[in-house]
Amino acid sequence: MLSPATESELSEIVAGARGALHVTGGGTRPVGRPVAGEVLSVAGLAGIELYEPGALTIVARAGTSLAEVEAALAAERQRLPFEPMDHRALLGTKGEPTVGGVVAANVSGPRRIQAGAARDSLIGVRFVDGSGSIIKNGGRVMKNVTGYDLVKLMAGSWGTLGVLTEVAFKVLPAPEAAAGFSIAGLSDLQAVEAMAVALGSPFEVTGAAHLPGAGRTLLRIEGFAASVAYRAGRLAEVMAPFGAVTVERDAAAVAETWRQIRDVQVFATQPGDVWRISVKPSDAPGVAALTGGEVMFDWGGGLIWALVPEGTDLRARLGAFAGHATLVRASEETRARIAPFHPEPAPLAALSAGLRAKFDPRGILNPGLMGS
Amino acid sequence: MEMPTPDAAILSRKSKIVERLRAALPQAAVIHDEAELRAYECDALTAYRCPPLAVVLPASTAEVATVLKICHAEGVPVVPRGSGTSLAGGALPTADSVILGVSRLNRVLEVDYDNRFIRVQSGRTNLSVTGAVEQDDFFYAPDPSSQLACAIAGNIAMNSGGAHCLKYGVTTNNLLGVTMVSMAGEVMEIGGAHLDAAGYDLLGVICGSEGQLGVVTEATLRILRKPEGARPVLIGFDSNEVAGACVSDIIKAGVLPVAIEFMDRPCIEATEAFAKAGYPMCEALLIVEVEGSPAEIDEQLGLITQIARRHNPVELREAQSEDEAKRIWLGRKSAFGAMGNINDYMCLDGTIPVSSLPYVLKRIGEMSKDYGLDVANVFHAGDGNMHPLILFDANKPGDLELCEAFGADILKLCVEVGGCLTGEHGVGIEKRDLMTTQFAPEDLEAQMRVKDVFDPSWLLNPAKVFPLAVSRARRERDIAA
Repeated sequence: MLSPATESELSEIVAGARGALHVTGGGTRPVGRPVAGEVLSVAGLAGIELYEPGALTIVARAGTSLAEVEAALAAERQRLPFEPMDHRALLGTKGEPTVGGVVAANVSGPRRIQAGAARDSLIGVRFVDGSGSIIKNGGRVMKNVTGYDLVKLMAGSWGTLGVLTEVAFKVLPAPEAAAGFSIAGLSDLQAVEAMAVALGSPFEVTGAAHLPGAGRTLLRIEGFAASVAYRAGRLAEVMAPFGAVTVERDAAAVAETWRQIRDVQVFATQPGDVWRISVKPSDAPGVAALTGGEVMFDWGGGLIWALVPEGTDLRARLGAFAGHATLVRASEETRARIAPFHPEPAPLAALSAGLRAKFDPRGILNPGLMGS
Repeated sequence: MEMPTPDAAILSRKSKIVERLRAALPQAAVIHDEAELRAYECDALTAYRCPPLAVVLPASTAEVATVLKICHAEGVPVVPRGSGTSLAGGALPTADSVILGVSRLNRVLEVDYDNRFIRVQSGRTNLSVTGAVEQDDFFYAPDPSSQLACAIAGNIAMNSGGAHCLKYGVTTNNLLGVTMVSMAGEVMEIGGAHLDAAGYDLLGVICGSEGQLGVVTEATLRILRKPEGARPVLIGFDSNEVAGACVSDIIKAGVLPVAIEFMDRPCIEATEAFAKAGYPMCEALLIVEVEGSPAEIDEQLGLITQIARRHNPVELREAQSEDEAKRIWLGRKSAFGAMGNINDYMCLDGTIPVSSLPYVLKRIGEMSKDYGLDVANVFHAGDGNMHPLILFDANKPGDLELCEAFGADILKLCVEVGGCLTGEHGVGIEKRDLMTTQFAPEDLEAQMRVKDVFDPSWLLNPAKVFPLAVSRARRERDIAA
């Protein structure tokens, strides 16, 4: 395993590489086509380089553990806005998730509907491209339109356009209080309608999920204590037509409920393949029905998690739909056979292939991981 | 500002090119008369002007594709134009280019409250997007100052922000999808009503690419439910340092105001003389706005004023009524007009880390003396996006050049303290030649590779963003081809 300790060492390794490199951070998210190649770990590039709570910005080397960043933020009562999912339980992996990995996979969680994904909080990157050049884009300020936004391009590129060495985030204050809401017994259709009403209210809902298995539809609001108390009351009124609303005001209990949703805990202990489907929320009940498997809805319905028997080609079942489906958990054999990332329409696939050829002309960075 | 020499071969083929365009489009959609072309010779960066070869105003995505196919085949550069409000020269033509204006593409295509999005044609103005949904208590969040006139197409090209992006983000955070036509005339759908990309975040790189990767004809935008209410507080301080420290303390306390606006003494004096908003005469003034129900607003403003009091403000004025709120915003909103009333001015747009605010303001004051040009500062303090306004006299020989040199020095200072050249206006031609102060050659090369992929012939919006010397090989290779 190659484990550079500095960006310049990493640059030399990539420049001198003779074959494929399997780029990895904490190794907790083995998603995509299996990659053959020498393992290049970025975990050695660790440490928070700059944190200015008064400017809501933090800069860390890519191999810094997510836990370290979250602890530093928590000490100042701040947090990463996008609530990154921890994939370890679902994927049965060990190790420490890194901030570079979070960015490379554009990981987010339930708060994505209100606060955006990792890509929305990411304000700067440094990376080493496939030729070994060190490139920076963005910076450490939250408003920046200087030149093309390669920051967004790097988020979710899974190490196939470059090896991240440093990432900078815009962060937000952590809320003083939270309230959770639960409505029992709604059908998928009713639940999506109820969540649309909640998300269309002025009460700043930061989580909207539906667990058909448990027969519960869940909502969350966060903020200052008095404000949460007020909005909790108002939101409960608005939701009353959908059924009896149970309100949970214990912050630890609310946090645990949403941690389980974030990490798709419901499928962690069940065998089978897990897919992640992004759709227009109102399309969700129909698409979910086509999966033929057990499902969980997040993002007001915009995100469907589906559990299906091993080796199922879910895309074949879904047919054409507006959105995309990613195979998140499956055996290596299945991931080699069924494209884990949703095939793009021809013009976009051509652009993506063009970008890949420009940023990694030798095709050595995580080759094949995202598809052809 | 140096622009490339127009391609004589294209200029000599003007009538043929115009004929091809006229044959493919309705007659009124092609402008080629010298006098009429003058209307398109510049955008809001009026110091630079150049009439284009022709202007086309297509009314559909199909017509845009037709225009681009013709221009691609003819090797003619194309300058996309929204409403022409760019302060950076983003829509400045070259003499051998065709302007592709999207002003006729101004319809609302779909409003979906259940899924909280609106789909519009890209020529629609920013404010009229909100206008289409506000009767149902929804709004589109990015609010650039030019929102009455500026088009969504330009907002996407420049990744525009506004006063309220501390809470709601900028265009890229509120853009869900686009219909885009490539320079070769290929129509593509990127993103949509669902979230995130299937593969690479192409939408993310298109947003903010200054019209150099494709022409956006339709956009799916996130809309939000309006808050129950909003109220500002005005806080005056006797030094910039203290005002800067107060901003930092407010943020650290966990309050997230929707806006924190900052004005310095020269700006306060000018706006007071112009708009008579009743501002106190002090060194620095903050306008902090919060949202929510009346009780929530009271709570947040209570916390903010408590923090402000620790910094010994010379003035602390909470709006008690809608009318008072309006008066507090009046001066800020008329700041640019007030400056224009005094003299010609150049508006800069650098961003700095909030912690560097006092130092940067002090240095700008010193430079102002050195250059002998007055400068007023008004900006979005919460996110460090500065808008220094340098006053000059366009009729005085050499004054514009002096002003530009001063502006360049301020932007270099922004980069030096860890910030950037432009926070929301874009690079255009205005900051093009300063890009090397912020980026190493490899950084610019990486950006230009993206352009190579989307527009291999380098015909879209030429001579912008990248210093001419840096992009020359790519531009000339293809103009010759």
